[in-house]
Amino acid sequence: MSDAESPDDEFEPVQVFGDETEMDLRPGSDDCYKCSTCDTNCPVAEVDDDFPGPKFQGPEQWRLKRKEDRDIDDSVMKCSNCMRCDGACPSNVPLSQMHNTARGEYVDEQMDKLSREYVRNRILSNYRFFASIASKMPRVANFVAGLGVTTWLGEKVMGISGEREMPEFATQTFREWWEDRGGAQVSNPDKRVAYFHGCYSNYNTPEVGKSMVRVFEHFGYEVMVPPQRCSGTPMFANGMLDDARRAAETNVEELVAAIGEGADVVASCTSCSMSLRQEYPELFDIHGIEDLAAHTYEAVEYLRIHEDLDGALEDADADFPDLAYHAPCHARNQGLEGQAVEVADRIDGVEATDVGDSCSGISGTYGWKEENYDTSMKIGEEMFEHMEAADAETGLTECPTCAMQMEHGTGYDVRHTLELLDAAIVEE
Amino acid sequence: MAISDDVLVVGGGVAGVAAALAASDRADVRLISHKQSTLRSASGLVDALGYAPDGDGPIVDPFDAIDDLPEGHPYERVGKTAVREGFSLFDDTVGDMYRGSHTDTNALVPTHGGTVKPTARYPASAAAGLASDGRDALLVGFEALTDFDAPMAASHLDAAGVPFDARGVTVRFPGEFRADAKVTRYAHALDRDENLDGTPARTALAETVKRYLGDEERVGFPAVLGDDDPAGVRADLEAELGADVFEVPMGPPSLPGLRLEDRLYKALEEAGVRVESGNPAVGAETDGDRVEAVYVDRGRRKVPYHADQFVLATGGLVGKGIDSDRDGVREAVFDCYVPQPADRYDWFEDDAFDDHAFARFGVDVDRDLHPLTADGSIDYDNLRGAGSALGGYDFAAEKSGGGVSLATGYAAGDAAGAAVAGATDGATIHGDTQ
Repeated sequence: MSDAESPDDEFEPVQVFGDETEMDLRPGSDDCYKCSTCDTNCPVAEVDDDFPGPKFQGPEQWRLKRKEDRDIDDSVMKCSNCMRCDGACPSNVPLSQMHNTARGEYVDEQMDKLSREYVRNRILSNYRFFASIASKMPRVANFVAGLGVTTWLGEKVMGISGEREMPEFATQTFREWWEDRGGAQVSNPDKRVAYFHGCYSNYNTPEVGKSMVRVFEHFGYEVMVPPQRCSGTPMFANGMLDDARRAAETNVEELVAAIGEGADVVASCTSCSMSLRQEYPELFDIHGIEDLAAHTYEAVEYLRIHEDLDGALEDADADFPDLAYHAPCHARNQGLEGQAVEVADRIDGVEATDVGDSCSGISGTYGWKEENYDTSMKIGEEMFEHMEAADAETGLTECPTCAMQMEHGTGYDVRHTLELLDAAIVEE
Repeated sequence: MAISDDVLVVGGGVAGVAAALAASDRADVRLISHKQSTLRSASGLVDALGYAPDGDGPIVDPFDAIDDLPEGHPYERVGKTAVREGFSLFDDTVGDMYRGSHTDTNALVPTHGGTVKPTARYPASAAAGLASDGRDALLVGFEALTDFDAPMAASHLDAAGVPFDARGVTVRFPGEFRADAKVTRYAHALDRDENLDGTPARTALAETVKRYLGDEERVGFPAVLGDDDPAGVRADLEAELGADVFEVPMGPPSLPGLRLEDRLYKALEEAGVRVESGNPAVGAETDGDRVEAVYVDRGRRKVPYHADQFVLATGGLVGKGIDSDRDGVREAVFDCYVPQPADRYDWFEDDAFDDHAFARFGVDVDRDLHPLTADGSIDYDNLRGAGSALGGYDFAAEKSGGGVSLATGYAAGDAAGAAVAGATDGATIHGDTQ
C-alpha cells in the first residue's frame, strides 16, 4: 500500500465533469495528447503550407472556442473531409466529427450567405438536386455541360474549376432501369438487402447499380430499392449541415422501414456507407439512426461477411482488363482497403495491383473548386504515378469521385469492384 | 465463415509484424490492427536489453544477461535462440537500413534529450553519432523544432561523460516554413531538394550550418533528414559540410519510426500477408480450449474473423491491448488473465521513476507463449501472445521493448505457422521440446 490516503468509497474524482452526452466533444478533445500523427497524415497539409492541419482544426480549435468571442478559423474550409486523421489517431480522438461540427458552425454563423463561395458550395453539395433535373434530359445536359461557354461560366461566375470535365449523365438512370425490369427478380423474406445506390450510380454510372443487383440476386438476395436522398457526404464537407439533416431524415425513415422488413442496408459507394454508419450517428439525433448505422455495409464487405465469396470465386474467371486499384480514404477508414485486391486475386484472368496508400486528392466536391484544383492535383500526383507504373491500363475503385480523379489524371477507364464480381460470378 | 485464414495476427506493431512474417512461410496470414501502426511514434531504435530488471547497467552484452532474467520474463519464456531468431528476422527484413547486427554488444546512441541509450539495432542514419565514437560532434537544432534543444542535449552528453566534446547550436531552418511545420514537411523538402529562396534545400541547410562548424568531424541533426531518401540527403549534406552527418532519434511523429514502418509493411506485402486496419478487435468466439474467431468491431457491429491459429499482439497499457478501469486490469480481446494486486493503490508507487507494478502488467504465458489462466493452465491451445501484451517485464526501464517484440513475435508466429503446417505434415512446433 502506498502512502496515499485510503480512498473514501463515496468520492469518485472522475465524476467532476458530470455525465457526458453523446454530442459533447470534451472527452474527445481531452484524449488528444498532441502527438501530431494526424498532421503527418493529412494530405492537404502535406501540400499546402498554409493549412494548419487536423490537430488544430479539431481539439485545439475546440478548446479555443470555449472562450467567448472566438470565431472558427476560416481554414476549416480547406479540410477536404478525407477523414484520414481518424484512422491515424492512436487515441481515438473523433477528429472528423470535430471538423464537421466546426465547419457547420463556420458556415452557419460566419459565412456570407450571398457570397459566391456559399452559393457555389451549396450547389456543389446539392449535386443530387441538379442531377435529377439534368437526368430528365441527359443528352441536352451532357451537351450543355460539354460546351466551352458552360465551363467558362462555371469558372468565372461560380468558381468551379474549368480544368474538370463534367460527369456524363446516363441516358437511363438506375432507378428507371429498376422500374423497367419490374423491380426485384428474386423474392426471399429471409435474405433481403436494401440498396443505397447514392446519387452517382443512379444518375451517372447505373452499370454499378445493375451489377450490384445481379450479384446479390445471384446469391439469392431479394434486393429492395427504397426511396432515398443524398447520403450527405458533400454537404458535410461544405458545412451544409441543415441540408444534410433534411436528407438524413428521409434516408433514415426509408431505410429503417426496410430494416423493419428484414433487410440490411448496402451501399456501393464507400463514402455513402461511411456517412450512414459513422457520420449520421455522430452528427444527428434522429429516431432510428443508430439502428441504421448498425445495419449498414459496403456491398462487397457484406458479401464477404455473409457469403462464401472466396468459394464462389474459386473457379471463376472473368473477361476483364487488368486493374490498378486505388483504395478511397473513406474505404480505408472502414477497414476495407485490402478487400478489392483480395477479391480480384481469387479470380482467374484478372490482375489487380494496389497503387498505394496516397489520397486521390479530389475528396468529393473539394477538387471541383477553382481555388483547390491545384492542391487536389498535387495530392493526386503520387497516385497518378503509381497507376502509370502499374501493369494495367484500367483503374478500379469504389468511390465515384476518386474515379473521376483517376480518369482525369491518367485518362484510364475506371471500374467498380461490383462490376468485376458481376463479370466473374454472374456472366457466364 | 466468410473471412477465414490459417493465422490471424491481432496487432500491427513490431511483434505483430514479426509474427506475421514468421508464420507466412507455412500459412496464409492476415494481420489486423485498430489504427495505423504506432511505429511512427517509436524512436526507430530496436533495443534488446539495456538494463537488468533491478536497474543494473547499462548492460554490455544483452545475450549474456538473458541467463540472469527472472522466471516469467518474456526472454526467459522463449529462450535465447528465439531472441537470436527474432533479431535475424529483423536483420533480413531491414537490410542495410539498420546497423548493429555485426555484434552482440549494445551500441550507445545519443537521444534527443542528451542521454545515452544502450540499444541493439539503430538506423544507419544514427551510425555516425554513436557515443562510443571519440570524434567531437556539433549538434544542430532548429528554432521551430522545439523537441530538440541542441545546446541542452550537448551539455547533457558532456555531463554523461561521453569521450568527446559535444557542442550545440540552434539555427533557423532555411526557407519559409510555418512556425509549427510538421517534421515530415522538413523531411520532404530535403527529399525533393526543394528550392528554398533560390537555393536547393540540402545546399541551403548545409550553408546555414557551415558557419557554425568548427573542428568537429561529425554533425548531428534532429531526425528529419528525409523520408524516402534519407541516405541521399545525408550524403549530400556530408559532401557540402565535409563532415559525417547523423540523426538524433526524436519523439513522435518520428521519421525513423515511419521509415521502419514502411519497410516492415512492404515486407508483409511481399510475404503475401493480408493487412487490414481501421477497426478494433473487441472479443472472441471460443469453443472449449480453442479460439474460433476474433470479433472485429466495424462500427456498431461485430464481424467474426476465423482462423486456425491466433496471435495476440495488441500491445500493453499504452497500446491499449491491456485495458484498465478502477475495478481491475484486463486483456482486451480474449479476456486473458492479467496478474495484478487486488488493491489498486498497490498498482503504482509514489514517484514517477519508482518501480511500478503497472509497468509489468500483461498476460502470463507458458514457454510456448500460450496465455495462462489464473490457476496456471493453458487458456487456449491455438492462441499465443507476443510483445507488450505480455507481462513480467518493464520495457521502458529495461530498454527491451523492440527485442521482446521481435523474439516473442517470431516465436509465436513460427509456432502458429508450424501448427498450421503440422496439421498436414506433423512438423514439430516451436517450444514443444523446451
